[in-house]
Amino acid sequence: MSTSNPSFRGFEAVIGIEVHVQLKTDSKIFSADATTFDSADNENTSPVSVGMPGTLPVLNKKAIEYAIKTGLALGCNVRKKSVFSRKNYFYPDLPKGYQISQYDEPICEKGSIQFEVEGKSKTVGITRAHLEEDAGKSTHFGQYTLINYNRAGIPLLEIVSEPEIHSPAEAAEYCRSIRSIVRYLEVCDGNLEEGSLRCDCNVSVRKVGETKFGTKVELKNINSFRFVEKAVEYEIHRQIDAIENKEKIVQETRLYDPDKNRTFTMRTKEDAQDYRYFPDPDLLPIIVTDAQLSQIKKELPELPLIRAARFVKDMQLSTHDAHLLTEERDLADYFEATGKACNNSKAAANWIITELLRELNDAKLSVSQSKVNAKNLADLIAEVDKGTISGKIAKTVFKEMWDSGSTPADIIKTKGLVQVSDPGEIEKIVADVLAANPDQVAEFKAGKDKVLGFFVGAIMKASKGKANPGLVNEILMKKLKE
Amino acid sequence: MDLLTASMSDTRKAIAEKKVSAAEVTKYFFARAEKLNPALNAFIKLNPDCLKQAESIDQKIAKGENVGVLAGIPFGIKDLLCTKGIETTAASKILTGFVPPYDSTVVARLKNAGATIVGKLNLDEFAMGSSNESSFHGVCKNPWNPEYVPGGSSGGSASAQAARLVMGTIGTDTGGSIRQPSSFCGVVGIKPTYGRVSRYGIVAFASSLDQAGPMVSTVQDAALTLEVIAGKDELDGTTSSRPVEAFSKNLSADMKGKKIGIVKEYHNSELVHPDIRKTYEQAIETLKGLGAEFVEVSIPLTKYAVSMYYLISASEASSNLARYDGVKYGYRSDFKDLSSLPLDEFYAQTRAEGFGKEVKRRIILGTFCLSSGYFDAYYNKACQVRRLLRNQYDEAFAKCDAIISPVTTTPQFKIGTRVYDPLKMYLNDIFTTSTNLAGLPGMSVPFGLTSDGFPIGIQLTGHHFQEQKILNVAYALEQNSPVKGKTPSVY
Repeated sequence: MSTSNPSFRGFEAVIGIEVHVQLKTDSKIFSADATTFDSADNENTSPVSVGMPGTLPVLNKKAIEYAIKTGLALGCNVRKKSVFSRKNYFYPDLPKGYQISQYDEPICEKGSIQFEVEGKSKTVGITRAHLEEDAGKSTHFGQYTLINYNRAGIPLLEIVSEPEIHSPAEAAEYCRSIRSIVRYLEVCDGNLEEGSLRCDCNVSVRKVGETKFGTKVELKNINSFRFVEKAVEYEIHRQIDAIENKEKIVQETRLYDPDKNRTFTMRTKEDAQDYRYFPDPDLLPIIVTDAQLSQIKKELPELPLIRAARFVKDMQLSTHDAHLLTEERDLADYFEATGKACNNSKAAANWIITELLRELNDAKLSVSQSKVNAKNLADLIAEVDKGTISGKIAKTVFKEMWDSGSTPADIIKTKGLVQVSDPGEIEKIVADVLAANPDQVAEFKAGKDKVLGFFVGAIMKASKGKANPGLVNEILMKKLKE
Repeated sequence: MDLLTASMSDTRKAIAEKKVSAAEVTKYFFARAEKLNPALNAFIKLNPDCLKQAESIDQKIAKGENVGVLAGIPFGIKDLLCTKGIETTAASKILTGFVPPYDSTVVARLKNAGATIVGKLNLDEFAMGSSNESSFHGVCKNPWNPEYVPGGSSGGSASAQAARLVMGTIGTDTGGSIRQPSSFCGVVGIKPTYGRVSRYGIVAFASSLDQAGPMVSTVQDAALTLEVIAGKDELDGTTSSRPVEAFSKNLSADMKGKKIGIVKEYHNSELVHPDIRKTYEQAIETLKGLGAEFVEVSIPLTKYAVSMYYLISASEASSNLARYDGVKYGYRSDFKDLSSLPLDEFYAQTRAEGFGKEVKRRIILGTFCLSSGYFDAYYNKACQVRRLLRNQYDEAFAKCDAIISPVTTTPQFKIGTRVYDPLKMYLNDIFTTSTNLAGLPGMSVPFGLTSDGFPIGIQLTGHHFQEQKILNVAYALEQNSPVKGKTPSVY
């Protein structure tokens, strides 16, 4: 197995990833507090979420549903009975002195996820996915620490992978795929910068061929997929350097600093805590019935990998394009709607990938915010297919659609961009151009084919780009040979 | 009417019929509490606002509006239950200054039913104790003789009720904390089935064992109060949705054909004091005389009850009390300079100063039980045996309607005589802790007197949600009780 994994200076990297997914329920997992991101400090709190004496957690059923959805999408077994436990430790942003989490009986176990890395298919096992509550957020300045408990109690699903990831690219792609799935399922908005998706990477290295694991280091505070790749890359080489310099790798948690592109120690294992897990007596076990499970199964959307495979098979897209178009559910929906409306999925794919995505990226917009909707893009493609406008004019029309939000028909009409396909009209233009350029005509007749391009350019210019390029070529050749 | 001895329902009726005003009733008890509390230390805090509550009841009655079944009845609340706008301390320094912005569900339901809240009652710190001696606010006295403890942890409730500083009180029971002080002070106390009464807003000691219940003067008052506070609460996921019966209306002293269980393992216990044994045997004879039948049941695992109880309750407590860290509310050590203070020291110093000795002892014990390497041998093992204990009770209740037993092994003891011997103090709990471990309802009803003239209670234990059955047996005993009409010297 390990021989096929990428090697780094004679070493193999072994990476396991814990992704914390904030479930986008309207209220917190154990209280009625709101979960909105942009609320004022400590606005989304109540006696329950700040852990006042005697308050009790009451389970939000939606969080269970979202966890099951995600578990099913990852091919996990969903436990008929799972249990909330208390993870005991002291920290000011942890209001009760314990976090309600799941320990030995998590809701989802033993799944896997498949994705593409550099053109190759890769499968990574999912050890478990368990529910827990998020903690508050501390801000330190001077001798003081301010705590915002808005986040305390937001439901988290912690997805733990098997240590089956072996390169920085695989690590980043794994995280991207998890994000893609939870967004497809609409259980998480997947915003790394706001912390609604957090990726912690456990990295170790070992000599190629070695079967024992090396000492692992946990990397935290990574807020983009690019940084996942860079942090893991840095860490692999840091560990190899250490081994080559005969230093010991310390089991520890390290933070990634994107400005310096390096990781540094946050805490070492000596500080490791005994969390004294025990079942939370305030919460009854979660019981999942078969009926509930099959209902949720029925409601699962088509997942990205399956959808991409369908795009390849039914629409003859390249694997690369299919994956690009299915990473986001909205984009895939947009693509399918466009392709269906113009009956030309390949053209729809090309337009979306080359034109729409570029504009969206430049403007930092999502597809749902695009001024060019699927119907208008489909109409534009249809106009090209009908020959009303040329592909080149279409790009101008698209730009205009992007800027103004108008329909292609309106733009073509008001700007007079309808393609000239009347042979008589084109013949006249060709004749004019040839008459105005006798030297070049002579060159052509002397065997210089290169001047053809010059004529085509001149003819298109004279027609303001509207002449049907096929007809232009045909008539030009005919006239030159007269 | 004589308010000193009047029942809740008679008083409520008199108020509704405007024979006496709610304000007069509350004023009477408030004045009594003010006068007698310095000698008893039953109240940690009096609530003068109770008079306004009473006046608003009178206004409602004057306007012909409906009022609740406890309209105008003055209550004292164990200071473990959060009361909106009234400092709630759990008798601990660490909660100094904590004023909850919410009512516990029990208090909210009492208020809804029209009860007035006279004040907050003393207890052992965080309800950890059997004598009320671990209170940060000082020891509470037994009104029958102030040199003696009132029992605990709901010592303030028992003391205030026995001295009639209020018409009713609420206590809580984790391992006997309602029943034992009720027995020591000669009042009626019932610990409901686990899940019968909401724990929301009650400072948690051991979440899987804690239940609140009435500590009052009569079985009738206990039944009425329980009706008001029991039932499903959306704020406590462990409450049962089972309907609450009309306990007070259904009370029946008819014991003919009722099957009363006698626990083989308790019956000949050498630990039991002769006065208590005498009372226990007398109770059995009385019930026999009323036509009850007796069956022997066996619950062998009760011999591990105290061990299980201390392992489980201390483990849960060690986690429940972690939130008292000086960060968000309550006591914080007076740090002069925070700039170079390590976080661990902030916690350690605050908690070292904020918690009393008994509480620290249990936090340390519980932390140890849950620690890696010990969890299976202690906490987990205790939970396994607990399930088996529950099964043995299920078998026992297949044969009987209620189980009768003493409440404690020894009668009231003098203040200060057991504080230095925690194990002896813990052993006092052998008859009460199994009830909590199995989640059963249990109660104490006064039935005897010691040779010193102190009251002694009898314990009745029922199957899950069979409060009515034990209330009925208690009702029968009450009517034939040798202590009926006897009152403590403070009266």
